[in-house]
Amino acid sequence: MIETAHNQLEAEGQRKRRNALASFVVRLVKEKPLGTVGAIIVLLMLLTAIFANFIAPYHYADIHIKDPLLPPGGTYLLGTDSLGRDVFSRIIYGARLSLYVGLSATLINVILASLIGIPSGYIGGKYDLIVQRMVDALMSIPVLILLITIMSLVGSGVIQVIVVLGVVGSFGLSRLVRSATIAIRENVYFDAARAVGAPTWRVILRHALPNIMPILVITFSIGVAGAILAEASLSFLGVGIPPPYPSWGRMLSLEGRRYMYEAPWLAIWPGVALTTAIYGLNIFGDAVRDLLDPRLRGGAGRFSRATKKSKKAGKTRAEAIELVKIDE
Amino acid sequence: MRDYIIRRFLLMIPTIALIIIVVFLLLRFIPGDIVDLMAAQMGTASSGGEAVVSPEHIRHILGLDVPLPVQFGRWVSGIFTRGDFGNSLWTNKPVIDQILRRIPVTFELGLLAFILAVAIAIPVGIIAAIRQDSWLDYLTRSISILGMSIPGFWLATMVVIFPAVWWGWAPIFKVIPFSEDPLGNLKQFLIPAAILGFAMSGVTVRYLRTTLLEVLRQDYIRTAWAKGLQERVVVVRHALKNAFIPVITILFGQAFIMIGGVVIIETIFNLPGMGRLFIESIFRRDYPIVQSINFILASIGLLFILANDLSYAFLDPRIRYK
Repeated sequence: MIETAHNQLEAEGQRKRRNALASFVVRLVKEKPLGTVGAIIVLLMLLTAIFANFIAPYHYADIHIKDPLLPPGGTYLLGTDSLGRDVFSRIIYGARLSLYVGLSATLINVILASLIGIPSGYIGGKYDLIVQRMVDALMSIPVLILLITIMSLVGSGVIQVIVVLGVVGSFGLSRLVRSATIAIRENVYFDAARAVGAPTWRVILRHALPNIMPILVITFSIGVAGAILAEASLSFLGVGIPPPYPSWGRMLSLEGRRYMYEAPWLAIWPGVALTTAIYGLNIFGDAVRDLLDPRLRGGAGRFSRATKKSKKAGKTRAEAIELVKIDE
Repeated sequence: MRDYIIRRFLLMIPTIALIIIVVFLLLRFIPGDIVDLMAAQMGTASSGGEAVVSPEHIRHILGLDVPLPVQFGRWVSGIFTRGDFGNSLWTNKPVIDQILRRIPVTFELGLLAFILAVAIAIPVGIIAAIRQDSWLDYLTRSISILGMSIPGFWLATMVVIFPAVWWGWAPIFKVIPFSEDPLGNLKQFLIPAAILGFAMSGVTVRYLRTTLLEVLRQDYIRTAWAKGLQERVVVVRHALKNAFIPVITILFGQAFIMIGGVVIIETIFNLPGMGRLFIESIFRRDYPIVQSINFILASIGLLFILANDLSYAFLDPRIRYK
């Protein structure tokens, strides 16, 4: 009896979750036409990445020594590069690599940013001051400069790129997490939790974390595009993904430059793929933010409301605007 | 207000100290084999095949053979007492001379890109906001998202490759000094600066549009309309003035982000600026230069961040930091 009741509850819960997802999709399609386009691009990219083995006619590292620098058309849909590798296959596999690096690095970003930002915002005081000065120091080195420097020290490699992007990107994000935590810190349920004697780690884990979850989801969905672009930039400069991996950025790299005068198609397709992917992720991420952020719901008056609410948090106004800044 | 500025400047001191430590420690992570490699190359270069420079000798030249705190003290006192950032590993010339020679190119590129970005972003952002949800709005917004999505290095690569393939045009690799030929100099910098500026304007357009929409819904704007003022007056004199505050601050943030783009664009267009020096030094493992450029750019970055925070306080009378 109890068993079935429990099962019923479980089923109920699952249905609710599914409904939430369904209603999210419905709202996306209804309210955000541009976001829907982004979602379709992201979905296509995801499918390409998963089924790359089936879509690509060749493996990304297959060298056809007799067919270098062939123009598009014929056996090789988008032509071949200087080693006779099929450009189309490399672009297809490139989607997998980009998403793999982008998603992993952004996941590390969000986790590390929470580890730095939530305690800093919740505990405050001297701890916050010290942590923030360290974040300031690391943030004042331009990201790309820091990334290039560190990559040249640790050496190129897929794992290296993921870890370095994941760690370096988390400092800036931790500020956002911190201000989100400060904004909710004064709520009474925190007092209640403290009053019943919950230790700090428990308050952070059970009360702060779930309440800033929407912000974390938003930063994740917006962050992926940036991580993919950063990977491409590093690989372009030759300090990111090493050969023979099919990084879009590497395919455009300076080393390949001399072949591009002979075979201009080498300069087009990886860039088209990269731009499409980032464009899709950008507008999809924007739409996710708009749909998940309660401050942005509703019609004409939404902007002023967002500003008013964040004023309570004092200095976080800048960050709040940062969140709201791109409306779509 | 004055107290706030003073406090901000005082807070910069620990931050700069931390930057120095971080940058210094980065250099200590140089893998050992690079010193060996350098010894081999320097040795063969100077004595025709036979290595006379040992790894220990190189370590001594670099000052890497003394304890860490001593190295740190030397480096820091060198910077602050003599403005000495150390010598290049390859040329053995002072790093600071090379950097100073290259700063004007980077400065001109950055400034031009900044001006172009503002010149594009402000009119476009205003139009997108006052004609909200028209085709013009959708068009400008799509283009500005595109501007944020196209990687600058790809756009720049295309600009270098295709004119060369079609018309045999190639960017000039020698910098024309502004003092000798102002027009030729501007022509040379215009395309790289436009590519940088395009990316920067994308973010600014969207930001300006959003804040302007917010302001346009305020009561005092309704009052301005009710007085029967012309659209131009309402938008420019009443709305724009208030919408500008956050936009100016984001421009500082954008300028900071642009530093990374400058590195890439200089490399592609072969402009001998600080960015290209940085990339060259990375590949030659000339770490004193890498370290110094990191330090200098971080200091510039810190000023941008400070300017960003202060501009808030100066421009918006509602915000008063205590």
